[in-house]
Amino acid sequence: MTLETKYRVPTVAVHTDKFDRVVRSVAQVNGMPGLRQVFVPQPIMGRTAAELRAYVDGADPITGRPVMQEVLEGLTRPFAEDELGPDAFDRSTPRLVEPDTEDNLHRLFLDNRWTDMLPIVLPTEARVAAMLSATRRQPDEIVGRMRSTHFREPWAYTVEKVAVNAVMAGARPDYFPVILALAATGVTARGSSSSAVAAMAVVNGPVREEIGMNAATGAMGPYNHANATIGRAWGLLSQNGQGGSVPGLSYLGNQGNSYAYNSLTFAENEERSPWEPFHVQHGLPAAASAVSVFSSVRSTAFTLGLREKHWREHVGNLLRGLDPHGPPTLLLDPIAARQFVERGGFVKKAALIDWLHDTALMPAGEYWDYQLVQNYIYPRATFGEEPWATKLRAAPDTLIPMFRREDIHVVVVGGETNGYWRIMGCNYQKTVAVDDWR
Amino acid sequence: MATRLSVLNPAGFPPAVRRQPPAPRLDTLEGKTVYLVDCRFDDSDVFLGQMHAWFAERLPGARTVVKRISSVYLNDDPMTWEEIKARGHAAILGVGH
Repeated sequence: MTLETKYRVPTVAVHTDKFDRVVRSVAQVNGMPGLRQVFVPQPIMGRTAAELRAYVDGADPITGRPVMQEVLEGLTRPFAEDELGPDAFDRSTPRLVEPDTEDNLHRLFLDNRWTDMLPIVLPTEARVAAMLSATRRQPDEIVGRMRSTHFREPWAYTVEKVAVNAVMAGARPDYFPVILALAATGVTARGSSSSAVAAMAVVNGPVREEIGMNAATGAMGPYNHANATIGRAWGLLSQNGQGGSVPGLSYLGNQGNSYAYNSLTFAENEERSPWEPFHVQHGLPAAASAVSVFSSVRSTAFTLGLREKHWREHVGNLLRGLDPHGPPTLLLDPIAARQFVERGGFVKKAALIDWLHDTALMPAGEYWDYQLVQNYIYPRATFGEEPWATKLRAAPDTLIPMFRREDIHVVVVGGETNGYWRIMGCNYQKTVAVDDWR
Repeated sequence: MATRLSVLNPAGFPPAVRRQPPAPRLDTLEGKTVYLVDCRFDDSDVFLGQMHAWFAERLPGARTVVKRISSVYLNDDPMTWEEIKARGHAAILGVGH
């Protein structure tokens, strides 16, 4: 679209057919409903040159017309007035839904895809007012903006919109500052990546105890009301605040992700951790309350404790089980955390992270052949971006780090019923103070 | 008769949409330079190589240039767009996904 509108170059975009609804929708909301788009079969990945030539010579699976005929026409056929859409249109969101019976409203919320398909609490004015009473912020204050993907237009949401979604999730008013802080991150918990991502939130500081969050046995679900509903509220706000999360239209996750039901929301077990709390690592005082959010939660690896003889190799095996595009965040039960101190001498968390960085090694040839590395890292390396440009110069058999050090994180959570621990492949995004939203 | 409830709408606020005029189309591709822009996603380079071959065989009067974007498709790439504007007449972007 930039080439068309800013540089005035006639352009045709070629996509695979699974994305027809989403790319037409994106073109429409960017003011170019008639953008010339041509479709070929999915997948492109892994097809031979001969198979892809057949795509070029074949028909657009959406229209049935020859692909190259559509391409040539797209560059040469003038636009008709009805292809250009209206000069402008407003898409205001009414504050209230048309009054109806409880059963009909539940049906409406389901039909409009405003829920996560589980029952919700209807956001009556009284319930929303009670939620709003838990913050000094004004209901019409803009908290942030979200979008499901880089290409979509960001939608805005107010304090009241956050409250509406918090009520729907079943959250209590005293959880509301934490939910507002999550909303203020602007990080969506309903990303539309075809890799089927979820989000994760870690809560630190005194608010954990104030609202009864769980950092110990069963913290990651589904056994604590605050943990469960705060994360659910973030998810509902994300899909509604950003303007939808509808499969095939604004959500393309190929398999879906059950972590998304409550966005893996839990408190860190600061009291039983041998290290500083996560929010302190990220610049806040220990007495502050904070939420830290992670995106692109996809993969999980786990093991039990650290064995005396081969613990280094075992951890290395777990790390190499991750995709290099999904860096590791270790979620350590306090037993496992103390074992890292005892076995490895990692008195400081930074020392553990250094060791993880130096242990997660892979032959360069294998690393560069990963599809996600090809898609997202190789292009940056070829244009000189470090540290990838240096990695790209390594011989194929040379061992290179799979991850950047700054992308590796450690959080302590669990109730010490055993020393199980896991690695989430995900991306830390930011930490936001809860106290600003009280 | 069942009680009718008044509830709030949970959807956020979308930005207004304004028409963006597309670039004028070409009369013909004969004698023109068409950039085939590789978005570097999955195996789009292999696909565009086949489209490049199609042009050479079926429309040799059009010159085609395969150009890879400078980074990942998530980033804007003004250097590439400037080059296409300066040296080309049209562009085909692939494969978006």
